[in-house]
Amino acid sequence: MESGKIKMIRDYVSLAFENLKHRGLRSWLTMLGIFIGIAAVVALISLGQGLQQAVLGQFDALSADRLIIRNAETGFGPPGSTAVTKLTSHDLDIIKRVSGVEIAVPRLIRMGKVDYNKVASFKYIGDLPDDKEEAAMVYSTMNAKPIEGRLLTPDDRGKIVLGNDFLNQKDFGKKITIGTKLNINGKDFEVVGILGKLNNIIFNSVIIMPRKDMKELLNIGDEMDTIAVKVSSTNLMESTAKDIEDRLRKDRNEQIGEEDFTVQTPQQALSAVNTILNIVNLIVIGIAAISLVVGGIGIMNTMYTSVLERKKEIGVMKAVGAKNSDILTIFLIESGLLGLTGGIIGAIIGLSLSFLVSFAAASYLGVDLLKISVSYPLLISAILFSLVIGAISGLFPARQAAQLRPTEALRG
Amino acid sequence: MTEIINLKKVTKYYRMGDNIVKALDGIDIKVSLGDFVAIMGPSGSGKSTGMNLVGSLDLPTKGNIFLDGKDISHLHESDLAQIRGKKIGFIFQSFNLIPNLTAKENIMLPMLFQGIDKEDREAKAEELLKMVELEDRMDHFPNQLSGGQQQRVAIARALANDPEVILADEPTGNLDTKTGEKVMHFLEKFHKEGKTIIMVTHDPDKALKHAKKIYWLKDGKIEKVTKKIKNKWKVVR
Repeated sequence: MESGKIKMIRDYVSLAFENLKHRGLRSWLTMLGIFIGIAAVVALISLGQGLQQAVLGQFDALSADRLIIRNAETGFGPPGSTAVTKLTSHDLDIIKRVSGVEIAVPRLIRMGKVDYNKVASFKYIGDLPDDKEEAAMVYSTMNAKPIEGRLLTPDDRGKIVLGNDFLNQKDFGKKITIGTKLNINGKDFEVVGILGKLNNIIFNSVIIMPRKDMKELLNIGDEMDTIAVKVSSTNLMESTAKDIEDRLRKDRNEQIGEEDFTVQTPQQALSAVNTILNIVNLIVIGIAAISLVVGGIGIMNTMYTSVLERKKEIGVMKAVGAKNSDILTIFLIESGLLGLTGGIIGAIIGLSLSFLVSFAAASYLGVDLLKISVSYPLLISAILFSLVIGAISGLFPARQAAQLRPTEALRG
Repeated sequence: MTEIINLKKVTKYYRMGDNIVKALDGIDIKVSLGDFVAIMGPSGSGKSTGMNLVGSLDLPTKGNIFLDGKDISHLHESDLAQIRGKKIGFIFQSFNLIPNLTAKENIMLPMLFQGIDKEDREAKAEELLKMVELEDRMDHFPNQLSGGQQQRVAIARALANDPEVILADEPTGNLDTKTGEKVMHFLEKFHKEGKTIIMVTHDPDKALKHAKKIYWLKDGKIEKVTKKIKNKWKVVR
């Protein structure tokens, strides 16, 4: 009996499939809402993790053991460049005296005007500290490795290293190689190295210049844009961050909440990113939910229309022996199939979309910036979910069909 | 003779808005196994209602219907469906084939609802198609078949579950004379093979030519019943 029932269901599935095939375009249009909903969910979740990593990659010095101290900013621009009160060596000394601070590296990041091949362009310039140990920390933070030439050393003068984007001829219309002289703010600098692609977009377009050259060139006095602090142990992150905050506030005579500087811990950066990602997730899930509801209503509408159109057919099936439950099953399978097919295609579209985005991001921004994580449980549950939506949406139309009186149905 | 269908004092009312229409008013119809019965009458005589009740597509307001000795007057629609699927084969005026199923699939459908295996359904459908001389149209869809061909597929479908009774509602109404003749030829053939045929028609010539017993309906009542005895029609009631 059980195997008979299973065979019967199998036969009903093929019957329902014939019906859907017969309605061609209309079946596809009905599935559209489900497509979009499932595609959005699948793409979002497949890209989600990669997206999070990619965004986190944009935070400089976001190693687990680093703190960043910046001035409160007044506008947009490179970190620290628009601050009212600049950080100075006085602040650096205070920070260095805090216990738990292993090494504190001041950094300068400014804009400079670059002339090459008669084209002028504004670029970020970052400094390389004078101290060898500090310079090493900067390189390790950036994860910088040259693909052409070499890295700068603190002793270099009049030389620069460029981010990977400078290999692109788009900006200046002429190839930049080792030995090329770039005119920056009126002074020539020789390119000694070009960095490999980095996960941070800004790092890829930066010019690294020895600090002494940079201070001279841009006429920078005793000021610094950010101070990167390496903490001796990750356990001490929060307490060290708090100590630095307390000391600087005391030194500047400021009230809590009115500081003109910030101490950013990796956790803070992480939570900021996560907040943004969660908002993005909510929006996409919201769109997906709306789309799925609309898809479900679409299926319901199609099924109601189908019941009306096939009234006579239902009558004939009843005349040749179809029980109410048979009709109910056939219609439920039909609407379930609509949902299921929509779900499968949606999942395929979603996956292709995420691969496309990932590929685009990789070719435009950097290597492996957006990694895709394909989760089979996710795919299977998304597809099953769409099957359930289809079946639920078909419930009322199917009941209506099943309860038609044969004589009334045969009249059409 | 055993009675396969027996309507006892059957009344059927319909509600049409505020009015109650008496479609059938206390009629008795007896169909013996192996008989060829026609239900005759002009439109509005109640013959369609009669056909629905005889075919167990509908239940009477009053009175009882016995199918193969069993009172089906109060059965639930699903049980009724199961019974008629097995015992009665329908042939409709407008063929009523399912448009998105092929000729063969249409014939397989009644067997599906009886839970018959696919292999057996296919074999039987092919056999029946051969019988109605349409084996070369097996995979054609109804809209690829002529009216006569469609009706022959419908005839094959009616025989799918080997029913005792074939109920034909104006089977030639939508066909030209020649194809109509062919359809009638098949009904005659099944009758000779022992099937009980019930034909509903408004055409007295057809009824007189093919049937053995005619119920003449008028205004929801049986006007008379005639029977062919030794090739002569005699009023028996």
